[in-house]
Amino acid sequence: MMDFTLNEEQLMFAETARQLFADMSGPDQWLEQMESGAARIEARWNAIAENGLGLLLLPEASGGMGLGELDFALIAEQAGYAALPDPLVESAGVAAPLLAAIDPEHPLLADPSVSIAIQHPQNPLVADADVAGGIILHRDGEAWLAAPDQVTLTPRESIDPFRRLFAVAWDTASATRLGQADWDLALDRGALFSAAQGLGLAQRAVDMAVDYAKDRQQFGKPIGTYQAVKHHLATAQVAIEFARPVVQAAAAELAHGDVQSRARVSHAKLVALEAADNAARISIQVHGAMGYSWEVDVHLFLKRALALTNSWGTPYFHRQRVAQRIFTQPTGPDQTFAREIEHA
Amino acid sequence: MELTYTEEQQAFRAEVRAWLEAHVPKAPLEHYDATRAGFEAHREWETTLKSGDWGMVTWPREYGGRGLDLIQWLIFEEEYYRAKAPGRVNQNGIFLLGPTLMEFGTHEQKSRFLPPMASGEEIWAQAWSEPMAGSDLAGVRSTAVLDGDEYVLNGHKIWSSRAAFADWAFGLFRAPGTERHQGMSLIFFPLDAPGVTRNPIRKINGHVGFAEIFLEDVRVPAFNRLGDEGQGWHICMATAGFERGLMLRSPARYQVAAAELAKLWEARKDGCDPALEGEVIRAFMNAEAYALSIYRTASMLMGGAKIGPEASTNKIFWSEMDIHLHRTALAILGTEAELITEPGAHDWIDDYIFSLSGPIYAGSNEIQRNIISERMLGLPRR
Repeated sequence: MMDFTLNEEQLMFAETARQLFADMSGPDQWLEQMESGAARIEARWNAIAENGLGLLLLPEASGGMGLGELDFALIAEQAGYAALPDPLVESAGVAAPLLAAIDPEHPLLADPSVSIAIQHPQNPLVADADVAGGIILHRDGEAWLAAPDQVTLTPRESIDPFRRLFAVAWDTASATRLGQADWDLALDRGALFSAAQGLGLAQRAVDMAVDYAKDRQQFGKPIGTYQAVKHHLATAQVAIEFARPVVQAAAAELAHGDVQSRARVSHAKLVALEAADNAARISIQVHGAMGYSWEVDVHLFLKRALALTNSWGTPYFHRQRVAQRIFTQPTGPDQTFAREIEHA
Repeated sequence: MELTYTEEQQAFRAEVRAWLEAHVPKAPLEHYDATRAGFEAHREWETTLKSGDWGMVTWPREYGGRGLDLIQWLIFEEEYYRAKAPGRVNQNGIFLLGPTLMEFGTHEQKSRFLPPMASGEEIWAQAWSEPMAGSDLAGVRSTAVLDGDEYVLNGHKIWSSRAAFADWAFGLFRAPGTERHQGMSLIFFPLDAPGVTRNPIRKINGHVGFAEIFLEDVRVPAFNRLGDEGQGWHICMATAGFERGLMLRSPARYQVAAAELAKLWEARKDGCDPALEGEVIRAFMNAEAYALSIYRTASMLMGGAKIGPEASTNKIFWSEMDIHLHRTALAILGTEAELITEPGAHDWIDDYIFSLSGPIYAGSNEIQRNIISERMLGLPRR
């Protein structure tokens, strides 16, 4: 059946996440965490775990809810909207489901307040490796698992103050072999949830600029009355509106794992992060000199967009996957929801 | 969310495809804006479509439709563009006035006007713009004065697509003495009525596709007024919503063009700037994004939602993607880009010239950006 709408449960989970992040990942918490340099705000991370936001994509056999990528993408979008510093999206969206697919009863999956970090061939560095309960490592197509103290972590500072990136040096003697893993699926999920975060980043950047433009007066009236300002923001919103259906369709179709679903994920990744980058730059422009100051938080959204643009596959990588779909499969108006044909 | 067609929908697609394969003219028709003969050939095609019961598939049967839902409409449109069937000469009627009549018309008005619209017996033009009322549509000066059970229409309309050859127009008029958004009414008038003068205007592609219309004491029955007197602005905004929201520009149109562009690239990429492949990919993604967005809108409308100001984002998106797609094609064609297309070949240059009208008609993109910023984002009007 052709139905492009979200169900009540999906909207409810997204609303739970929105509310939680609005309360616990806002300007006060960003400032607090940047000043303290702490890896995480424990109260927030515990609230995320208690609300079960990390359990959506985990199979029931691992104590999760067994829901799909679309359900989790809506959470990731809200994480983007709040520039969430915590490793929820990669841990619960990519790493934990990968581990559960290999070993559904792995002890690391039992406690939702334990995060899992993941190394992937597309990402030279590993995010949030120091605070993880375990790091999933990649070697010759196989997955391995190690605790942070079993590997050598070298911090690499990101322009995004909340991204904790590490180069990981390790050897098989101090890691546990998990076996064959579906790295393509991990990549699709990583890219999709980056795209979903991009939607949230973009919308927040627009919303911040709208609030500012309503308030800031120049020439005797709010700058938001001027068309030059309005049109910038309308352009940013158009890009969001035409990225969102792509992200949602990519989420709904991801499990097919075919040329079409991979191209859709790539399309989503490309346009959602372009929308985010564009919205953040427009937001800075609308804020004027304030936008260039550390005090106004727009820069956090610019920097997160920049980071996610190149994580889980660069734009070049993803354009090639869309090209693969265009040039090896039938195209045209009857092919929007088509599945892969071999030797097309 | 589930993105698969039911067996019934697949069977419907097969039915549409088979009918179109059997009936779409093998040789392309002369453009409906080029000559009276081209216009009449398109009217004849509308008659053929109606004979297959394909006039306007979403309308109720009693008004000349087929009673189908919006997903079926999208499937029909996909097959229609895939089959390269002739353009819909009555698009101002079936896609704009039709849905408006459905919402605001009385049963008698719907029975009178919708069936001949669906069959192409009566082809419609829109008569809203005036020399001094373009983007500022509330500046309309043309008047309608009630005299007994008739309106007397006077004024000057312009940029009216299809009006050079069409049968009817739906115009925006005001009661004398009223200003701005007050006192306007939407009134239908025959384009061959006494007192109507039409002067064709040549477009930059050489066609006479639009006209200016002078009205001097044109008398029409009061029955021809849609909605209440003074409700004209409200009704026009609803029409504009249909225009921008769902009906006017089918995603299929761009998906066909994007597929043709991919073929053009594959055939000609040797010797081309390799960076153009990125633009071909971009054109494909744009068309897909628009299609997905429209499926989403259709699903939401079927669930009872209404079209809101977000419709303005559609109009910006498709008009800009259309220009981008065709500019990419011309860049691939290189030195051949400027040549008038040989009969039978894909007409990239004419379609490019047409695409340049997209950001202007149906409310300029500047007006759309105002609507988005004020009604979606909540920025202050002044």
